[in-house]
Amino acid sequence: MMKIKKVLIANRGEIALRILRACHELDIKTVAVHSTADRDLKHVRLADESVCIGPASSLESYLNIPAIISAAEVTDADAIHPGYGFLSENADFAERVESSGFIFIGPRAETIRVMGDKISAKAAMEKSGVPCVPGSGGAIPDDPKIQFQMAEDIGYPVMVKATGGGGGRGMRVVHDKSDLLESIVLTKTEAGQAFNNDVVFMEKFLEKPRHIEFQVLADEHGNAIHLCERDCSMQRRNQKVVEEAPAPGITEEKRKEIGDSVAKACVDIGYRGAGTFEFLYENGEFYFIEMNTRLQVEHPVTELITGVDLVKQQLLIASGEKLTLKSNMRPRGHAIECRINAEDSETFIPSPGKVERFHMPGGLGVRVDSHIYGGYTVPPHYDSMIGKLIVHAEDRDTAIKRMRVALSEMVIEGIKTNISLQRRIMDDTAFIAGGAGIDYLEKKLGL
Amino acid sequence: MDVRKIKKLIELIQASDIAELEIVEGEESVRISRNSPAPVAATPVVAPPIQAAVAAPATTAGNDLGLTSPPVAEGPAGETIDSPMVGTFYEAASPTSAPFVAVGQSVSVGDTLCIIEAMKMLNQIESEKSGIIKEILVENEQPVEFGQPLFVIE
Repeated sequence: MMKIKKVLIANRGEIALRILRACHELDIKTVAVHSTADRDLKHVRLADESVCIGPASSLESYLNIPAIISAAEVTDADAIHPGYGFLSENADFAERVESSGFIFIGPRAETIRVMGDKISAKAAMEKSGVPCVPGSGGAIPDDPKIQFQMAEDIGYPVMVKATGGGGGRGMRVVHDKSDLLESIVLTKTEAGQAFNNDVVFMEKFLEKPRHIEFQVLADEHGNAIHLCERDCSMQRRNQKVVEEAPAPGITEEKRKEIGDSVAKACVDIGYRGAGTFEFLYENGEFYFIEMNTRLQVEHPVTELITGVDLVKQQLLIASGEKLTLKSNMRPRGHAIECRINAEDSETFIPSPGKVERFHMPGGLGVRVDSHIYGGYTVPPHYDSMIGKLIVHAEDRDTAIKRMRVALSEMVIEGIKTNISLQRRIMDDTAFIAGGAGIDYLEKKLGL
Repeated sequence: MDVRKIKKLIELIQASDIAELEIVEGEESVRISRNSPAPVAATPVVAPPIQAAVAAPATTAGNDLGLTSPPVAEGPAGETIDSPMVGTFYEAASPTSAPFVAVGQSVSVGDTLCIIEAMKMLNQIESEKSGIIKEILVENEQPVEFGQPLFVIE
């Protein structure tokens, strides 16, 4: 008998629908909270109960902690699933959910806090033996002799980064020692002005890395496993466009080595639930950059190559169940996911509006995760992703072929979508060859 | 007068309390008037805060999902005062106190109409309108959602 009988889904769109489906398969009742702009969301219509929690603005609805917890109270929910984005990695939210007497479907608040800070996360990983980007291990001192030594030890090119920075700001690449001292001074000054914190540290700069991440699951009883890796190198402006699993070119030995290290890290930090360890991969080496303490958009490709329902596992773990999956997973076949966005394929300008016609592809190995339906109006207030098209096949070449066929069948009329961009990527020689780096797509698009 | 200008004027009216606006520019003039204002977050169709289960579609062909809408009540006439938050509605300050308002009572802006309780905190809901309470749409201790009509006021 499941401890959790009713889940409040604190999210919207396709992931809310995904969570609803997993709940219903486990006979768990669902409560859909939504903004005034989202009354017609598919999962709202399918949920057992729904509560309007605020106006269209995310700040007043999906990010409104009191409103969400209040909705859990009035509906007598047992647990809250935060999905991805919004409050899913907000340690305060996790804390308040639990102190209000509900189960937060995710890790403990303290874990979210530690892994949410780049420096403390890296320190925890180094302690645990997960390979990290070589770095200064702390703030850069003011002595130029030490600064030069640090850079020599790491090896040029290095990146000088503000510890309080983010979003690609507060960082500077140094290729040669002649630029080092000035770069440090400049970055410190910038950081002091932009983030009110001029502490900087140093890291090895990887020139053409790939983005490869590992999926993990950990229960409350000290069991943790990895579920292989995903390659998410096709990105535009730090937004993933295409994801696949497994990552081309990764050997079984390397997968086991990194997979074992992240599973061990989960136990070391007391992780609970689903999570993803993100790495930069270059010249055969993995370098940890950060951990996402939540379910990810691209989770379907992992589900398809492992046969594991990740959302169900989250619900089971949150209910206190023990992990029964075997460790050292091996991928079966190959899966690719193309994100479908309501945006212009050339200009990337968002394209909200009414979907007049909607026909999804199907057939063997074709999966569509989308909340869209004919007649649905995509609101302008939220991000533009309206669905994911995922394929699974016995090998990568067949998967690419299957995706091409599926994309050609997909019809979404009334709004603009990035389907034509996805078709171009599936025809791209570097993508077909596999192993392209995170700089590739933007270069191809001429950005 | 170009369409963009007119569009801007329409937006101005919608964002304000102006009922009618007329602009004369030389030989051209534009008059825009607002019809009866729609209540802020609620539509004339009032749905119960906790929606009843909907039938899952047996087939999902083309455009029609075949989802049935939850049962909706007919909307009341006149203006409504809607809930600004999610919580439990209480008509009085305590189980032994008299209710804050009754049908037929006259209220002014700022008068306390009810309490909505959320996360163990009691929030006094003050009236944003003046008028006579024509109808109380919710019951004591009923859960309410954001935008749900609570009172009809005239």
